[in-house]
Amino acid sequence: MKFLRNGAAIALAFAPVSGFADTLEDVQARGQLLCGVNTGLSGFSFTDADGNWTGFDVDMCRAVAAAVLGDADAVEYIPLTGKTRFTALSSGEIDFLSRNTTWTYSRDSDLAANFVGTSYYDGQGFLTRAELGVSSVMDLDGATICIKTGTTTELTLSEFFRSNGMTYEPVPIESDSEAQQQYNAKSCDVFTADASALAANRASFADPDAHVILPEIISKEPLGPAVRHGDDRWHDIVGWTLNALIAAEELGITSENARTLGDTTNSPEIKRLLGVDGDLGAMNGLSATWAQDAIAAVGNYGEIFDRHLGTDTVIGLERGLNAQWFNGGLQYAPPFR
Amino acid sequence: MTMNSTPTESPDAFRVSQLLSDTRYRAKTLQTIAGVLIMLFLGWLAANTLSNLNTLGKPLSFSFLGDKAGYDINQRLIPYTAEDTHLRAALTGLMNTLVVAVLGCLTATILGLFIGIARLSPNAGLARLARVYVEIFRNVPLLLWLLLIFALLTETLPAPDAFRGEDPSATLIFSDSVAVTNRGVFVPSISFNQPRFGWLLLGLIAGLSVLAGLLRSAAKRHQSKTGRPVALGLPILATWALSLMALVYWAGPTVSYPELRGFNFRDGIHLRTSLVALWLALALYTAAFIAEIVRAGITAVNKGQKEAAAALGLRGGQTMRLVVLPQALRVIIPPLISNYLNLTKNSSLAIAVGYMDLTGTLMGITLNQTGRELETVLLGMSFYLAVSISISLVLNWYNARVQLRER
Amino acid sequence: MSQSNDLIPPRPAPQSANGILGRIQALAAQGPSHLILSVISYAAMAAMIWLILRWAISPTWTAGSLAECREILQGQHGKACWGVINERWSQLLIGFYPKAEFWRPALAFVLLGLAIFAMLRVNARAMERKLAVIPFVLTPYLLWGGPIWSWVVLFGAACLLLVMNKLLRSTNAKADFAIRIAFIGAAVWLAMNISDALPPSLKDLGLEPVKSREFGGFLLSFLIGLSAILFSLPMGVALALGRTSKLPLLRVVSTGFIEFIRGVPLITLLFIASTLLNIFLPPGTNFDIIVRVIIMVTLFASAYIAEIVRGALAAVPKGQTEGAASLGLNYWQTQRLIILPQALKISIPGIVSTFIAVFKDTTLVSIIGLLDPLGLANNIRADSAWTGIVWEIYGFAALIFFIFCFAMSQYSMWLERQLQTGHR
Repeated sequence: MKFLRNGAAIALAFAPVSGFADTLEDVQARGQLLCGVNTGLSGFSFTDADGNWTGFDVDMCRAVAAAVLGDADAVEYIPLTGKTRFTALSSGEIDFLSRNTTWTYSRDSDLAANFVGTSYYDGQGFLTRAELGVSSVMDLDGATICIKTGTTTELTLSEFFRSNGMTYEPVPIESDSEAQQQYNAKSCDVFTADASALAANRASFADPDAHVILPEIISKEPLGPAVRHGDDRWHDIVGWTLNALIAAEELGITSENARTLGDTTNSPEIKRLLGVDGDLGAMNGLSATWAQDAIAAVGNYGEIFDRHLGTDTVIGLERGLNAQWFNGGLQYAPPFR
Repeated sequence: MTMNSTPTESPDAFRVSQLLSDTRYRAKTLQTIAGVLIMLFLGWLAANTLSNLNTLGKPLSFSFLGDKAGYDINQRLIPYTAEDTHLRAALTGLMNTLVVAVLGCLTATILGLFIGIARLSPNAGLARLARVYVEIFRNVPLLLWLLLIFALLTETLPAPDAFRGEDPSATLIFSDSVAVTNRGVFVPSISFNQPRFGWLLLGLIAGLSVLAGLLRSAAKRHQSKTGRPVALGLPILATWALSLMALVYWAGPTVSYPELRGFNFRDGIHLRTSLVALWLALALYTAAFIAEIVRAGITAVNKGQKEAAAALGLRGGQTMRLVVLPQALRVIIPPLISNYLNLTKNSSLAIAVGYMDLTGTLMGITLNQTGRELETVLLGMSFYLAVSISISLVLNWYNARVQLRER
Repeated sequence: MSQSNDLIPPRPAPQSANGILGRIQALAAQGPSHLILSVISYAAMAAMIWLILRWAISPTWTAGSLAECREILQGQHGKACWGVINERWSQLLIGFYPKAEFWRPALAFVLLGLAIFAMLRVNARAMERKLAVIPFVLTPYLLWGGPIWSWVVLFGAACLLLVMNKLLRSTNAKADFAIRIAFIGAAVWLAMNISDALPPSLKDLGLEPVKSREFGGFLLSFLIGLSAILFSLPMGVALALGRTSKLPLLRVVSTGFIEFIRGVPLITLLFIASTLLNIFLPPGTNFDIIVRVIIMVTLFASAYIAEIVRGALAAVPKGQTEGAASLGLNYWQTQRLIILPQALKISIPGIVSTFIAVFKDTTLVSIIGLLDPLGLANNIRADSAWTGIVWEIYGFAALIFFIFCFAMSQYSMWLERQLQTGHR
């Protein structure tokens, strides 16, 4: 009983209480950004042997940390599953969610997540073995299909097959690597997921040419970072950090010249964005060089894409819809003014 | 303490401090305090929950159960399509949980019984093999076993493709009736032309059981009168076999064999790899625990009992059946029940291999699609609780029956 | 059944059952079917070992990716690719814990192992048990680090408390309690504020702080398993006493809690930890997922410990309670001095098995996204160098789990034997 008596007093001292009224203030007070990422997805978020997180989604975290705190490494990564991601966001466990999450109506309204924009335009596709001789999704009646659970893909798939009067056998899988293993063992005929993930998978196969990605993309999957409902300033900060990265590519700002270009250029927009002229950062409670810091830390949108997903990487994705608007893509940053 | 300063008070009068110091009242006082505290705590939790849910804009509501589920479930024991409700999806998942639990318990018991007896075998090689089995399966986490077995099944078994073509690398076994693939095992299914076959079968089983019971009690009476046992085993078995065969023949069975059409085998019954892997993992893992229980049960029976049975002239099998096992069962059954319960609860690991049980449907996809964490998890927990409680009630009732009355 | 007055004829002396010859003779005496059974059993074991060795012996330790492994093996199939273990073994053991600080968890767990050994010894002396508390106080500091001062204060306070327990045996329990509360309060206050009082040069003295988030792999499994078992012990004992109590309310609440926890799968409790615990608590409360998981696993383990202790309580003969009552001991004195010491001794093997079970069950946290060995397996496979790796990581994890669980179960069986002799 002595133990209980002694213990009770100690326990009281450790009762943790904190709040999340204003995310920006919380982050600055903490000196660290809590960023929700995927537990493991090629190209988007995974750890290297030293335990450093890398990937496309991870660089979004780093960019926001650089913009808000001036230090891209001041991030604590919180690996989340499809199930825990929205709860983690709404409960304040993370400051923002950068976990290849599709922006949908019900998620935006019912699940109390606010999407800040689209960092990656994706769509649901189908990967299959070339030897099956399938050239269209319409040939897949009766096929066994590997599918990751907890995503929008399973609803889209179900709807698509039903509306086309076809049947299929779903093989639900928890993780990307597990699904790939099933597909490789021919445990399923087809693997359906976001086209980017399919390309990443196909690239890592021993013989990529034996596999084809079917031409049909059956859904729109705009993936983007999301923040909590009810904190408009934080929503603006994350959203405009993404915009800054996209605008940087359009304006020719790179990680190398971000620190110097502001002094040498004549373009007023570049000067504004880099904080050399005017103080856009102050409107959101940030430093003048917030965008400069973010770009210097992770590079512009194109650099991030090329580093993790582009044609020079193992994954080898084309820019496609994610090219700048003037190159026929959809990435279009509103003006910094 | 202020009460002590009034010594003039009569000793019989009730004082407030008696509530704590007097053993007659103390129990009630403490319980009242504890009760109030517990109620306050629960109330505090409930209040927090409601206010938090309101802040999140998701007030407690189970109406989502009536909404369209929108996702497909591959293994359906009750009719279900993506157009059905979330509630029906949950029930489909519950059925899947029950199926794998029943299959797992049966297999684990049989396997565990054999391994438990093998551990006590006088044959050192067999006993050692049994021990290796038990140690390997008991000391590695079930989830790891599940993943390993699932990977083993998908990587080593042939894909349906291997059955194709002029010179297939894999063939159906059991005279072309069973296909073992990495998408699951396809076995022939039997359907009957008689529409009321199921009811007739149930009636027949009930009738035969009653008949067998009557015969047994008659035989017992005969034995206690004359001292001679009546060999009933074979006649009863023959009756069962003959009448079942007659019924099946009369009902007109149609067997449909699995056949490779299109992408996959069609017809027959499809035991999916996820089911097989989960079933195997649960059964193999739990069997190691049951084996130890069986071993402990058998060694717990006093050696003198066996010797006394031998002195009475009972044969080895009779000794086991009539003397050792009934006594061993008293020791075996309680831990066996808790292992059955563990197996049922462990079946929730299904989520790791994509078997669509209750955790995969209600607490998996439904939770994901609707975002109703509280409602789905509460509902899922109460489903499991109901299953656990009913299993333990049934088995405790059985346990009470086999338990010998101790004098 | 023949009646005869003759004695049983003399038989040859029993053959020696020892030595290879004796064993072979014993086997031969059992007949051919036994021999065949033996041969089959040993052949099965040998085949298993051969299969594993054939896979495991593979010159791929230095490979940097799965593709390199394939190159080294040049088309040989069914061979392991050990490069992944070479590159990631430390990650699998300690997660993202700074590699330079590897010695801290290692030291902590060696000390803890010794302490647990000392505590669970059947005939441990009281002093040994008291000394064994030290590693438990030390471990949190070793693992999490940070400025040393708060911990020095707490550690000193804990030691002082022990001394106080010895010296301050006053007759007034209330005053005793009040002094303790005041003392602990002062110590905690001092621990929280001491860093402000120190000069800046001394302020940050201590081990490098490490966050719970950086814990992973087996370190995480151990952390969750150990804390759960530690906290669940007192809770389990309390629940067991509650369930056997004469007070109906206490009994109902304890029984309800135990049966509820035992009736639901651990994974649902982990879902609560990952998605719901914050909803139950006051708005804005938010604490670490690892702490939440530890809370739920503790609740889970306590229900099982409670059942073990309840069984042990029932095994203590009733005469002990009656004897205590005849000496005039009250309920708490009876439990503390007479019943619990005997009951806990009997329940040690059961507690060890629960610990093994809890340790194995920590793998479930991978399902809610924590990076334990299985969670890391998934994460490592997302690195494009290692996509397609399956057996090596699972095999490595299985081996380590096996070593620890097997050792513990052997230890528990040894304890059981010791206890058996003690009771006859």
